[in-house]
Amino acid sequence: MAVNYSAKEEADGHPSGGVGVPGGGAVGGGGGAGAVKTRKPDNTAFKQQRLPAWQPILTAGTVLPAFFIIGLIFIPIGIGIFVTSNNIREYEIDYTGTEPSSPCNKCLNVSWDSTPPCTCTINFTLEHSFESNVFMYYGLSNFYQNHRRYVKSRDDSQLNGDNSSLLNPSKECEPYRTNEDKPIAPCGAIANSMFNDTLELYRIDNDTRTPITLIKKGIAWWTDKNVKFRNPTGDGNNLTALFQGTTKPVNWPKPVYMLDSEPDNNGFINEDFIVWMRTAALPTFRKLYRLIERKNSFQPTLQAGKYSLDIAYNYPVHSFDGRKRMILSTISWMGGKNPFLGIAYITVGSICFFLGVVLLFIHHKYGNRNTSADIPN
Amino acid sequence: MDCSLLRTLVSRYCAGEENWVDSRTIYVGHREPPPGAEAYIPQRFPDNRIVSSKYTFWNFIPKNLFEQFRRIANFYFLIIFLVQLIIDTPTSPVTSGLPLLFVITVTAIKQGYEDWLRHKADNAINQCPVHFIQHGKLVRKQSRKLRVGDIVMVKEDEKFPCDLIFLSSSRGDGTCFVTTTSLDGESSHKTYYAVQDTKAFHNEQEIDALHATIECEQPQPDLYKFVGRINVYHDRNEPIARPLGSENLLLRGATLKNTEKIFGVAIYTGMETKMALNYQSKSQKRSAVEKSMNVFLVVYLCILVSKALINTVLKYAWQSEPFRDEPWYNQKTEPEKKRNLFLQAFTDFLAFMVLFNYIIPVSMYVTVEMQKFLGSYFIAWDEEMFDEGTGEGPLVNTSDLNEELGQIEYVFTDKTGTLTENNMEFVECCIEGHVYIPHVICNGQILHDCTGIDMIDSSPGGSGKEREELFFRAICLCHTVQVKDDDSIDGLKKNQVPRRPCIYISSSPDEVALVEGIQRLGYTYLRLKDNYMEILNRENNIEKFELLEVFSFDSVRRRMSVIVKSSAGDIFLFCKGADSSIFPRVKEGKIEQVRSRVQRNAVEGLRTLCVAYKKLTAEEYSNVQKLLQSAKLALQERDKKLAEVYEKIERDFILLGATAVEDRLQEKAADTIEALQKAGIKVWVLTGDKMETAAATCYACKLFRRNTQILELTTKKIEEQSLHDVLFDLNKTVIRQNGSLTRDTFSGLSSDTQDYGLIIDGAALSLIMKPRHDGSSGNYREIFLNICRNCTAVLCCRMAPLQKAQIVKLIKLSKEHPITLAIGDGANDVSMILEAHVGIGIIGREGRQAARNSDYAIPKFKHLKKMLLVHGHFYYIRISELVQYFFYKNVCFIFPQFLYQFFCGFSQQTLYDTAYLTLYNISFTSLPILVYGLMEQHVSADTLKREPSLYRDVAKNALLRWRTFIYWTFLGVFDALVFFFGAYLLLDNTVVTSNGQLMTTSTHMVFGTWTFGTVVFTVLVFTVTFKLAIDTHYWTWINHFVIWGSLVFYIVFSLLWGGIIWPFLNYQRMYYVFMQMLSSGPAWLGIILLITVSLLPDALKKVLCRELWPTATERIQTKHQCLSVEQSTIFMLSQTSSSLSF
Repeated sequence: MAVNYSAKEEADGHPSGGVGVPGGGAVGGGGGAGAVKTRKPDNTAFKQQRLPAWQPILTAGTVLPAFFIIGLIFIPIGIGIFVTSNNIREYEIDYTGTEPSSPCNKCLNVSWDSTPPCTCTINFTLEHSFESNVFMYYGLSNFYQNHRRYVKSRDDSQLNGDNSSLLNPSKECEPYRTNEDKPIAPCGAIANSMFNDTLELYRIDNDTRTPITLIKKGIAWWTDKNVKFRNPTGDGNNLTALFQGTTKPVNWPKPVYMLDSEPDNNGFINEDFIVWMRTAALPTFRKLYRLIERKNSFQPTLQAGKYSLDIAYNYPVHSFDGRKRMILSTISWMGGKNPFLGIAYITVGSICFFLGVVLLFIHHKYGNRNTSADIPN
Repeated sequence: MDCSLLRTLVSRYCAGEENWVDSRTIYVGHREPPPGAEAYIPQRFPDNRIVSSKYTFWNFIPKNLFEQFRRIANFYFLIIFLVQLIIDTPTSPVTSGLPLLFVITVTAIKQGYEDWLRHKADNAINQCPVHFIQHGKLVRKQSRKLRVGDIVMVKEDEKFPCDLIFLSSSRGDGTCFVTTTSLDGESSHKTYYAVQDTKAFHNEQEIDALHATIECEQPQPDLYKFVGRINVYHDRNEPIARPLGSENLLLRGATLKNTEKIFGVAIYTGMETKMALNYQSKSQKRSAVEKSMNVFLVVYLCILVSKALINTVLKYAWQSEPFRDEPWYNQKTEPEKKRNLFLQAFTDFLAFMVLFNYIIPVSMYVTVEMQKFLGSYFIAWDEEMFDEGTGEGPLVNTSDLNEELGQIEYVFTDKTGTLTENNMEFVECCIEGHVYIPHVICNGQILHDCTGIDMIDSSPGGSGKEREELFFRAICLCHTVQVKDDDSIDGLKKNQVPRRPCIYISSSPDEVALVEGIQRLGYTYLRLKDNYMEILNRENNIEKFELLEVFSFDSVRRRMSVIVKSSAGDIFLFCKGADSSIFPRVKEGKIEQVRSRVQRNAVEGLRTLCVAYKKLTAEEYSNVQKLLQSAKLALQERDKKLAEVYEKIERDFILLGATAVEDRLQEKAADTIEALQKAGIKVWVLTGDKMETAAATCYACKLFRRNTQILELTTKKIEEQSLHDVLFDLNKTVIRQNGSLTRDTFSGLSSDTQDYGLIIDGAALSLIMKPRHDGSSGNYREIFLNICRNCTAVLCCRMAPLQKAQIVKLIKLSKEHPITLAIGDGANDVSMILEAHVGIGIIGREGRQAARNSDYAIPKFKHLKKMLLVHGHFYYIRISELVQYFFYKNVCFIFPQFLYQFFCGFSQQTLYDTAYLTLYNISFTSLPILVYGLMEQHVSADTLKREPSLYRDVAKNALLRWRTFIYWTFLGVFDALVFFFGAYLLLDNTVVTSNGQLMTTSTHMVFGTWTFGTVVFTVLVFTVTFKLAIDTHYWTWINHFVIWGSLVFYIVFSLLWGGIIWPFLNYQRMYYVFMQMLSSGPAWLGIILLITVSLLPDALKKVLCRELWPTATERIQTKHQCLSVEQSTIFMLSQTSSSLSF
């Protein structure tokens, strides 16, 4: 309505002006010269929808080369990935112990607090030697680390060393927030269920067991270890004092400040803990456990031969039908063993090439018809 | 406003005393009537406050929120938001709260601003001073304090503060001049008449002494209808009753002109004034696209609910094993354990709903609204639709129907002023068979000196001469033309040369043309003064005629009459009108000659009027007066009674002759109609004109061609045969033709088949439409519709305004539900403009009423071509892509979430981070599609104009059919499957680790939940944007900027979001996730692969369709590319042709 009123004013002005002028204006001559100027739209390319533009059209002519190019690029990449992936050595042992024959069968129904821990040893043979650095993983199956209740059950500010969150953890941590009226550090279901099997690897050479050095540092993301996870701050570096007033997670045998003997791998910045805290996307997952570095360039990291794996079996998975695995793997420029990517690249490349051929055929057969049909138009 | 409306409604339905209900009694000056006259019932009326604002300061927030949440979409999002607040849901309330808050706030600010402007305007009006009379003195008060019954004084150039009954004016003759520009857009001065008994009161005291009551009807919105009665009491005598009509009613919003001051009594105030009643908004029109959008929304709502249901059921099936529901590592809290199972299940259902609710995004509504709102500017800005002559450009009154312009199947056009210029030129007159043609033909423009008359036939002698003079006088007198000349202000002009051409003003251009034409023939109409009409005859003598009565023109009678008294004392009744309404009333005169001439002229497309007269004796006249008086006094059905009286008086005429006025075709009218027909649009002409004239116009504008077979369904034919027979005959003709026709209606190559054109007139139409007693009414209509469907062009003549609307409605509701467009320029077209799906007004000479009531207004008929073929086509393409793309991108977005539930124990875990969930629709993917919706031009505008048949490619909502919708949905599902399982396979087979050597420390990462989601999301954002890029045919720099900008923004945002520990967040799950992903080779390779795979099928489908089954549009596109290539250098040509033959 407001607009109406203002328009009214404008419209009224003209006829009253026109009356005095003899012979001025046509019938109902409302729009004067002034109105012409204001109403006339600008002749800009934008307003007239005439901006210069590139007008591509997806025709067989333009798409055909694209298909061939995709085919030609993808197939070599795929082959490259496939070959690299196949060169990666990987060895996997399931040590859950569900089969009665398995050495770990006795530990199947182990509970959290069994002391001393149930131990078992599995012997295995590597057919091929592992040339470069070897990564040792543990793998769990049917373990829903991605369950919503589980994923959110943590307090990131507590883990970041925030002192108030340390003593007053987030509500998200329920029911693993407090124990006997003391705040749990680290709180939450994720921390509470931290993987606590201990795996040790021995090389068996003529019945002598040589332990293989497993490096436990450098397995977590650098940013996690240095920025995201921090121990609480306070006077001195005594973690025991810093964590005072808190209690250990229910399932843990010992508190967080006793995870490791080295101070830069203890408390919240323990790398095993950090790795565990990065929840997996899928119910079957593996997590990096240890690194085995190549000693020198003359010897493979792991020679072909007999090995044994000593397991301190603490982590119960039988109750939820879970499986536990130990994986040894080398990596390449494109990561771990993954035949999928290579195969997918080869397949897509071939399909593109094939489609290109089909399109070429169609274009030759029908394309001419279209253009010829156009000409009489 | 609501109150008064409610009260009228209540009183209409409840009260038994109809007399009181339908009329109101006003005591002029608040004086009670003399005792005994009538019981004094003080009635309560609203004050003169105009309230156009919706809100006050206090109720703005609640009322505005209420209004906004009444929209079903907003309400839905509010519910989702509330559910998120109440129950423990996977996504934070922010994800839906933030967009909703944004939308609501922006809308509220916009509405608040508009309302503030309204408040300002209201205040300005309510507080402007008004003079009124209290106890014989002039008092100034604020306008809003005005009450019904107050006597008001209005000065020149002031607006009337409310609806007034005109009591007296400073002009001696009791008239005043008024312009109603702001009411109906007519800028001409209209004359109003004071009440006879009060027009002598010239000062405050006299007026104050007036003792009268006014009875009139309750307010109604029709500006031109008013009936009332004033009872003037002279001490103790019986009151004198006078009729009041619309000529006594001064309307609020109109301006007083050329009159020093007037007095009037307020009868309708505030929100009850006719202007306020007319302000009520029109009913909302909704476009076909919006309807299909709503259908798709319902489909998606069903998908959403079923997804949630499936997941809920599966969740409980899966959880039936306790070790899955609550494994040792993931215990429930105490309250969760205790919760009732059914309540828990219901909560889970709601949580799933919340998780998947993004499939119906808030942003779609915002984007669609913005696209429509901003898009409508391109129509208003279009220079090609700007008319230099009138200085008018296109007006967009609603932006909701932009795309509907691309869907038109029927165009109903008015003839006069729409197809034709409505710029009348007097061509000739025929007096008793003798034809007179004035040399110089002018209309309103500056006149050249005129030479006399060119006579074709020999000059008649004797009685012929007398008739000739009578004819000229008749034309000079029988009209309602005003002279734009001011005698009250400058007396100088009076003495000027009488031959000076006058400017004539009339609401009907025919009359102006006639009066001006007659001026060429020597008789000049000078003015109307004190009820005396002055004309200047050939001998330069002024003749005076007293104007006794005017029977004004109406479209039912199709004639007008005046009764004048010559200075000699003779009383004449002059009548002019359409031949069909004059000839039956003529008893004498050279009917045959005139009729043949009229018909000849009509065939040439001229507008003809017949002129007749009759001489009245004094007693005949007093009879007439009595009849008129009684009819005018009637309060009820006055119009009907008046019409009856007119019918009685206007008969036994003596025919004088006929006039012919030419109305030229608008430029390019034929071209436009041809283009519309080629575009597959059926054009109907609906006109009030007579058949021959209209048919001639139709031939001229190529609606009918030489080879068109004309079918007539006219009164004349129905008189010969029964309606039944005629209809069946025509139907047979048409069907026979149709049967032989092969069923390729879409090819549009109808040139070799027989065209049919139908002519129907108003009387025949009303016979068809009339419900029959035996209840077989639908039958005739069906046959009629069937005939119409098979005709390429239909001409409906002799249509009353309501019949026009009726026809539009008939077609609109026929079983195919075609989309209709009505275009017209006059007040008589308003009903059909409002009725049709799209109403277009021509900003023309007959006032602005049509333009005001229309959805779009254009200056000329030829602009319709660009409006439909270019703008309509573009907007349809744009919005259909926009709607489908929105659904597509949200299927892509949400379907992976759905799949993820199968891998996370149906725990409603989200795949994406909250920020991604919130921003996906708001910023990562919103602008490219909006810009597409504004800029896309799949073919150039010139091509669209040159090839109207391209319009057929989008006809019948072609791009939003179920097939396309399902294609898009399946494409979305396919892409979602690729994203999810691609990422799954990438991550599941082995852990993807990056090579530590690239970084300084040997870091090897394990990807977690959020990395998985981020990979999927990255592929999603890129795919969805590239998909739009593939669909874009018109890449301006804005498109480039927005498409690549969105992707860059996504990357920059992700780097930022993951690069900092955000202190205000209580989780840091995205920390460094994006960077870690980027530092991993396989993730790059995987992302590239997945994007390629998801785009491949769509690109393939596009190319194959173009090669094998190209549409007309695609052929044009290809041809154009070839052409533009040929125009470039030979080198380029050779290169392209080699790539083409590759």
